[in-house]
Amino acid sequence: MELLSGGDMLVRALQDEGVELIFGYPGGSALHIYDAIFRQKGIKHVLVRHEQGATHAADGYARSTGKAGVVLVTSGPGATNAITGIATAYMDSIPMVVISGQVPSDKIGEDAFQETDMVGCSRPIVKHSFLVKNAEEIPEIVKKAFYIASTGRPGPVVIDVPKDVTNPADRFPYRFPEKVRMRSYTPAGKGHSGQIRKAVALLLSAKRPVIYAGGGVVQGGGAELLTELAQRLNYPVTNTLMGLGAYPGSDKRFLGMLGMHGTFEANTAMHHADVILAVGARFDDRVTNTPNKFCPGAKIIHIDVDPASISKTIVADVPIVGTVQSVLGEMLEMLKSSDEQPDQSAIVDWWRQIDDWRERHGIYTAPRYRTDGALIMPQEVIRAVYDITEGDAFVTSDVGQHQMFAAQYYLFDKPRRWINSGGLGTMGFGLPAALGVKIAHPDKEVVCVTGEGSIQMCIQELSTATQYHLPVKILCLNNQALGMVKQWQEMQYEGRLSNSVYEESLPDFVKLAEAYGHLGVKIDRREELHDKLQEAFAIKDRTVFIDVYVDPSEHVYPMQVMPNGSMRDMWLSKTERT
Amino acid sequence: MRRIISVLMENEPGALSRVVGLFSQRGYNIESLTVAPTEDATLSRLTLVTIGDDHKIEQVTKNLNKLIDVVKLVDLTEGSHIERELLLVKVRASGAQRDEIKRSVDIFRGQIVDVTSNMYTVQVAGTGEKLDAFLQALGEHTIMEVVRSGVSGIARGEKVLSV
Ligand SMILES: Cc1ncc(C[n+]2csc(CCOP(=O)(O)OP(=O)(O)O)c2C)c(N)n1
Ligand SMILES: [Mg+2]
Repeated sequence: MELLSGGDMLVRALQDEGVELIFGYPGGSALHIYDAIFRQKGIKHVLVRHEQGATHAADGYARSTGKAGVVLVTSGPGATNAITGIATAYMDSIPMVVISGQVPSDKIGEDAFQETDMVGCSRPIVKHSFLVKNAEEIPEIVKKAFYIASTGRPGPVVIDVPKDVTNPADRFPYRFPEKVRMRSYTPAGKGHSGQIRKAVALLLSAKRPVIYAGGGVVQGGGAELLTELAQRLNYPVTNTLMGLGAYPGSDKRFLGMLGMHGTFEANTAMHHADVILAVGARFDDRVTNTPNKFCPGAKIIHIDVDPASISKTIVADVPIVGTVQSVLGEMLEMLKSSDEQPDQSAIVDWWRQIDDWRERHGIYTAPRYRTDGALIMPQEVIRAVYDITEGDAFVTSDVGQHQMFAAQYYLFDKPRRWINSGGLGTMGFGLPAALGVKIAHPDKEVVCVTGEGSIQMCIQELSTATQYHLPVKILCLNNQALGMVKQWQEMQYEGRLSNSVYEESLPDFVKLAEAYGHLGVKIDRREELHDKLQEAFAIKDRTVFIDVYVDPSEHVYPMQVMPNGSMRDMWLSKTERT
Repeated sequence: MRRIISVLMENEPGALSRVVGLFSQRGYNIESLTVAPTEDATLSRLTLVTIGDDHKIEQVTKNLNKLIDVVKLVDLTEGSHIERELLLVKVRASGAQRDEIKRSVDIFRGQIVDVTSNMYTVQVAGTGEKLDAFLQALGEHTIMEVVRSGVSGIARGEKVLSV
């Protein structure tokens, strides 16, 4: 058998696992591993500019491909810098394996240079973690880490590797296990057929059904089946912020996003529904608004791969634990072989009702923002980019108003195209995530929708884009403020803008982009918007930073009324309430 | 409701901290916790007493089950079960007190396991309630030091928790 050092074993095990890409940043405790990377060819390593960037880039890679993202960082500050990105992946159930260097085993606990307890620090935000004790266990740990990260409800796994374990002088026999079996880990598979039968009967009896689909459908590869199911039944579908693309956004059965900034028709339909089919969604507080006022007349079917997500905040009438693929597949089979049909006249009435809601306040039936002013409206920027990219771009986003405008106005017809930090809401996610997506999809248009606040949280990654020639578009909806914070301050704190504005301190983003070797475009005149966007998007071989000055006073609507509101209680504009 | 949850988990470093971390992270409370390896040295058995309504306990057990190190668990309070806790107590014992304490120890089926001219160390096993009653019978002023193990439990009958 081949003899390898721990460092070489780690890299070889990653190769044997099928890893193509690592995002990382070197440092003392990881140097043996970095040397092993230097001496091999199979895996490409991308040097980021900050470990947070590495985690978000790996995350973007994972979300857009479905494969686990891989991160390599050093101990201490390298490891702690990765924490925000690990938490981001954890909250959105993204498969990721993070390898952190650690001080040598005999120094652990001595407050050694660059020592932090990484397993301890990351414990609440990982699916699992490993501290390697000796080199021989590396192949098995790597195999287990990827298995855990990518099966069941996916999530990040940390492997903490003390430096002595990777010492090039100590060699051990290498063998990569083909399979792992873990007696303590059996991810859910098929759903309970009896429950699925009950769910089908309940669905067919519905008079006012809504299908509510979340990120689990995207992650679990269930989008096609969900679409087939909804179209077969002709039932309306709403997606969560994480689920956008799980059902085609441009289809007439799509009601738009639901929740805090969901559409009027999606939130109102949910409130009045008699049967809700929740798939891969977790009844997040940004969706349900006040739990005890949530959808008072609805019977709830809840499909999820994670039993702990079911009945956590909202009790399910028909809980089904299983992968979305297998459960939706079985549901479809049952529907196809059944003679029963939905109550057609009830469904026609329901659609008539929904169309009426759409006419009244829907954001897709008429522009619900100013169209005759001098200032550029953020919504029209997203619409324009949607048109220019023919709805086919990968769109990553940061966090704030721009994120909500992108979610509302860019209609995603395919899963894995909309990439944002929904659970943790991490500003700084957008740019590194876009780089991860672009590396995985070099021939696709990748747009990072951001704000002048968020972009500055990971702006250093502009340099990574230069080094690896990653021509993404950065679309900055520049409202010269922490817009979402400002919106809340205007709505709930009588307009006291405590620390949400920058007082003339914003950088010149065009010059900044140029300093990194990119192209900068500033758009601040409404009449130039379309032409300049066209020009910018025509450039395919350079990173382009498009800084669009938008109406700084605009708010995101609809916005659910808080606290104590139900799904249907919404602000529709600054002055109009349901 | 008070619940006794019995957990079989991998006997690995870090496993216990994941269980304890889960409780603090999700705001569940732990009344008592005992843990030791089983006859199979790769497994630990952990007994945990917690308080919560049905909804909370369901979440506790689901989230415990989600931990990769947890192999199996059972809520002992769902069926008939035996629960025991061990008490070690040092009491002042001199003169006439010595006989009186011995009588109490006998009544509670305890044992005196250490002795000096001024004190006894007493061991009693039983349910938490029984131990409370024993301590009360001793009286506050005689007690010098109390150590309780926390609850261990096992189901009655032929049901077993094993891999
Ligand atoms: C790391 C981090 N810090 C703070 C917040 C709170 N926060 C949410 S939105 C927002 C403002 C974002 O400003 P900008 O990126 O300019 O977006 P805008 O809302 O103006 O479109 C802030 C500060 C956050 N989500 N993430
Ligand atoms: Mg802003």
